[in-house]
Amino acid sequence: MDRRIGVYICHCGLNIAGTVDVAEVVRYAGTLDSVVIFRDYRYLCSDIGQELIKKDIKELGLNRVVVAACSPRMHELTFRNACQDAGLNPYLYEHANIREQCSWPHTDRELATDKAKALVRAAVRRVYYHEPLEVKEAPVNPNVLVVGGGIAGIQAALDIANGEHKVYLVEREPSIGGHMIQLDRTFPTLDCSECILTPKMTEVAQHPFINLLAYSEVEEVSGFVGKFKVKVRKKARFVDESKCTGCGVCEQKCPWKTDSEFEAGLAKRKAIYIPFPQAVPNVATIDKKLCVYFKTGKCRACERFCEERAVDFSQVDQTIEVEVGSIIIATGYDIFDSRLMPQYGYGRYDNILTGLEFERMTSAGGPTGGRVLLKNGKEPESVAIVHCVGSRDKNYHEYCSRVCCMYGLKYAHLLRELTKAEVYEMYIDMRSFGEGYEEFYERVSREGVNFIRGKVAEIAADPVDGKLIVSCTDTVIGKVLRVCVDMVILCPALKARSDTEQVAKTFAINQRADGFFLERHVKLDPVATPTDGIFIAGCCEGPKDIPDTVAQASAAASKVLSLISKGRITLESAIATVDETRCLGCGRCEETCTFHAPKVVAKNGVMVSEINETLCKGCGTCAVVCPSGAMSIRHFTRQQVTSMVEALTEA
Amino acid sequence: MRVEVSSEKISGDFAKKVKEISREDILLCYQCGMCSAGCPIAFAMDLLPNQIIQLVQLGLEEDIAKSRTIWLCASCLTCSVRCPRGLDLAKVMEALRLISLRKNIDYIRLAEISHDALAELPQIVLVSSFRKHTA
Amino acid sequence: MELSYYPGCTLKTRAKNFEDSAIASMAALGINLKEFPRWNCCGAVYSLADDDLIHQLAPVRDLIRVKEQGQGKVVVLCSLCFNTLKRANLLMRNDAEKRGTLNSFMDEEVDYNGEVEVVHLLEVLRDDIGWKTISDRLKVPLKHLKLAPYYGCTLLRPQEVAIDQVERPTILHQLLQALGAEPIDFPFAAKCCGSFQVVGNREVALESAWNILSSVVSWQAEALVLSCPLCDFNLAGKQEELKQKYREFKGIPTLYFTQLLALALGLDSKICRFELNYQDPQPLLESKGLL
Repeated sequence: MDRRIGVYICHCGLNIAGTVDVAEVVRYAGTLDSVVIFRDYRYLCSDIGQELIKKDIKELGLNRVVVAACSPRMHELTFRNACQDAGLNPYLYEHANIREQCSWPHTDRELATDKAKALVRAAVRRVYYHEPLEVKEAPVNPNVLVVGGGIAGIQAALDIANGEHKVYLVEREPSIGGHMIQLDRTFPTLDCSECILTPKMTEVAQHPFINLLAYSEVEEVSGFVGKFKVKVRKKARFVDESKCTGCGVCEQKCPWKTDSEFEAGLAKRKAIYIPFPQAVPNVATIDKKLCVYFKTGKCRACERFCEERAVDFSQVDQTIEVEVGSIIIATGYDIFDSRLMPQYGYGRYDNILTGLEFERMTSAGGPTGGRVLLKNGKEPESVAIVHCVGSRDKNYHEYCSRVCCMYGLKYAHLLRELTKAEVYEMYIDMRSFGEGYEEFYERVSREGVNFIRGKVAEIAADPVDGKLIVSCTDTVIGKVLRVCVDMVILCPALKARSDTEQVAKTFAINQRADGFFLERHVKLDPVATPTDGIFIAGCCEGPKDIPDTVAQASAAASKVLSLISKGRITLESAIATVDETRCLGCGRCEETCTFHAPKVVAKNGVMVSEINETLCKGCGTCAVVCPSGAMSIRHFTRQQVTSMVEALTEA
Repeated sequence: MRVEVSSEKISGDFAKKVKEISREDILLCYQCGMCSAGCPIAFAMDLLPNQIIQLVQLGLEEDIAKSRTIWLCASCLTCSVRCPRGLDLAKVMEALRLISLRKNIDYIRLAEISHDALAELPQIVLVSSFRKHTA
Repeated sequence: MELSYYPGCTLKTRAKNFEDSAIASMAALGINLKEFPRWNCCGAVYSLADDDLIHQLAPVRDLIRVKEQGQGKVVVLCSLCFNTLKRANLLMRNDAEKRGTLNSFMDEEVDYNGEVEVVHLLEVLRDDIGWKTISDRLKVPLKHLKLAPYYGCTLLRPQEVAIDQVERPTILHQLLQALGAEPIDFPFAAKCCGSFQVVGNREVALESAWNILSSVVSWQAEALVLSCPLCDFNLAGKQEELKQKYREFKGIPTLYFTQLLALALGLDSKICRFELNYQDPQPLLESKGLL
């Protein structure tokens, strides 16, 4: 059929026209085969620009369109839609990038123009071979998986469940609550963290649309947006959840102890335990690694004393398979291990605590009943709060952990409220960016706190009285200070969980260079990932405070609700296709494909490969390994690609 | 007292020389003071290492020349290994010393060391101090 | 086993006690430290100037000498020499341009591309011999001896030459434990002794030394264990002067770690050349029944 190609060159203001001679490129486009119309315009992506193209399609009977402009990531979809509006199949469109790949990186006008001409030539030759492709849709399963039961996961689950869609909330610990349940008072309002979180936790427990899978982990994920299959391993608690009333007698009777994760190591818990009084679900769990029964077969004290007969040593892990249409990952953060900075003496000298440990100390329900105490049981007379431990530091984590300045101020306030201690706050910059934050800083400044602008270099202990000597520079007055205190509180960096790489692999998402999960676009799409249907929210996307975490959780929920509301997704059209006359049925494609799209089946007595069009992503791997050339990718056929290569390599 | 800051000073010969000898990007310093706090000789310095860096950033050569700090630096590298911006401060100190030493102005003079002192000093002390404090 | 060995100037004179005890104890552990011929002074400190290569010639020449002997590794005992040689070696390995310049300047020598490995004696003890082997061969365990191990700067900084973790090194602690002694963990184990400042800024160096010594004393160590002849001069050699300045200071015996190693392996104490120690440790050792 006669090709009637329309070529449009965009100026993009001066972005392209400032370096590339657009007039020359347009003139050149007109000399190419089958080009019936060639225009340029200042901003083709504008309504007027798009109208130009649509008008030409209708009036000049164009059957192929080329736009040379910015990156296809910006406007390929815009122009494809414009073509579709004008009645032309969107895949009969080709986009040439003469901005990010031409006018932006180069400065020589002549060479840049030559390159732009080559890129246009390549696009025109390629579009000749474009075929119309069908746009198919598939339904979206309205169920949702939320991974992580901290505040982010809880918020996201509630938002979706309130829309009356089913949510599977998977949490690896025995109870939901995450790190937020460990906090005492939250800045800047000093709300009690447990008091604001537990109502939400109860809501989750009682919500008819939330299926809470606590003490469970996601093992395997397969499928794609709209249709994920997830295998969840529900770990054995060795306690029957339906019988346990959370009375706690088993815990009292158990003789075996270890450090409590909830109390950040400041207190012990038993082998059979309920992590904290407001745990959801409020049932006991047996720590298999600590429980003596699993090592020697003895004890069983918990079983004997349980009136409900809820203890069941025969329990095994269960695998539960669920089908969901979308996934929100809200797995939270870990704290930087301060022992990696031995110059601070953490773990070596007494009375040096991390922020999380101090949270447990000031909590009324914590190991000291809310009192700030030294190891010897006395109250400290002086405390130093050290900022940026492992943050803003090329040697550990280059980024700023965002919340430490504010909780450092919070500790200063609490110390002045709860004790008579002299408080020193050693900081580099005070980051109080949020609502009420700067005001809180001012408030704390009026409470007799000593601010010293300098990063602490070393902390040593006095061998005689055990007092801690903190060395820092007051950079403002230019003196090195030795500050003697009873207690030091370190503000360690928030970092990505230690198993982030593993989790990323399971869900086929990526990590950023700083270890946290990669978002689709740092400004314009912070809760989506490059993998369709999988969203991230909260600190797993980077350190942040509770307001931002909750905002992200709701943002991710809204994205999911939008998917569910539409109820269908558009499948990739540029997918693999088999030329059955050439296919040998060798199965290489089936072996190589990570999405399990091709399958060798019998057709009319011959073994040939068949593509599951809903699974195929069009990555092209099968086409590369196919020995007979039977496999090709629609919209990236050999003819299309080689025509571009030949056009580009033409003198 | 006002100090005149100009681009001549900031991007002038002094700044260029420091960059050429040390290859360090002085403007990286965000004044956290960790270098000075860990410096074993800071107790004796009139200007602290972090202050010296700020002076280099502004091209205020005379203030640095009036101070003893760069001559007190023992090149122990404690600052360099801890700097959160990865700045090798010891190299900058060496560059500042060399700018002076290469003008053939020695900080210590062999003639001024007594015979007794010379007799008791092991080679390692003599050679290292001459390498750092003389042209 | 024979290993190529670089002594440096000071170990041949003022610090002969360091060298003799090292060579003897290594021989007792089955390693012959063989000085390679025609070694020269390494220059003591590594030049931090990026634009001047003249100071790299001396250490690189030493490495070429080792290469000429067909040796792949050289053991260094003096901390400053170790630092200088190892850094010069890394320069030749990592910077192609400077390597080319230096090789073409020293056209009378064979080309050097970083073929030799520079190691410190403590690394040989830890990695090639092992603490267990040393413990097994003890004849005189150094029981009830509270020792403060002092590392100094040059074994630990910069990161690329460090023989142990920069902020909390333990290699000397581990050696002392293997010898049966009790290492004291004091906070200034890696703080600079003042180094060459003892010539140009004497008072400052004295006060630096005092900062370290007062910490050692307050943590109740009985002796200070050293690994560098420059630290020895500052921390041991200056003790008489410090006693004058700080009346409460009674002095503290000092030893090189190799002297302790030699004693623990049962070698004759004469090999330790204690007469060269600035602060005689013999009375302390006798009181513990170790001599």
